[in-house]
Amino acid sequence: MLRLPGPVYAEIVGHCLRGLPDEACGLLGGDPVSGDVERCYPTRNAAASAKLYTVDPGDHLRADRDAEARGTEIIGVFHSHTHTEAYPSPTDVAQAPDPTWHYVLVSLRDTHPALRSYRIRGELVEEEAVVVEPR
Amino acid sequence: MPVDVRLPTVLRVHAGGKATVSVEGATVGEVLADLVRTYPGMAGQVLTEEGTLHRFVNVYVDDDDVRYLDQLDTKVGPGATLSILPAVAGG
Repeated sequence: MLRLPGPVYAEIVGHCLRGLPDEACGLLGGDPVSGDVERCYPTRNAAASAKLYTVDPGDHLRADRDAEARGTEIIGVFHSHTHTEAYPSPTDVAQAPDPTWHYVLVSLRDTHPALRSYRIRGELVEEEAVVVEPR
Repeated sequence: MPVDVRLPTVLRVHAGGKATVSVEGATVGEVLADLVRTYPGMAGQVLTEEGTLHRFVNVYVDDDDVRYLDQLDTKVGPGATLSILPAVAGG
């Protein structure tokens, strides 16, 4: 299960909408054991593409250090799909960097953004519940 | 010269769970080669069989991505920290 504070949920969706027409991406900082997200780190999409994303390596390093300084860790990544559903693409699965991470997809295909979260272990993709908590 | 190397979660399992390890080297290539010698489980995950930097990792000397410096020939000065992070990308 992935717990997202309401403001973090809004920040993720807002960053994805601002990134249009390209895909947008960012990292999630939180508790690796419970899956509780504490903050999100919007990052630049170094691929600058509507079909691909690459978390800017410099932004990633800064996010990783900030998360560590707060006693948390980077526990996942989010990115948008501009014209397809909120489900990991074959590229997302093939390049998933860490089996312990949460993979959040935001689809901007329809009128309302749709946010879903997955665990990806090897070729196995499992959706997990997302709980948005008021804070 | 000893150099601290910060490891991403996926590589810590090969270093007894440690987040930071100390290895030897004066360039990024030497440091990574010593890392893989010391922790053979990391072989193939940091460097390719051809000895180049694996495209699934990013390596930094202090704040700088070595791909924008001299790649594996980048000098690692006294007191510098080398960080390895997974390259995060998809479609």
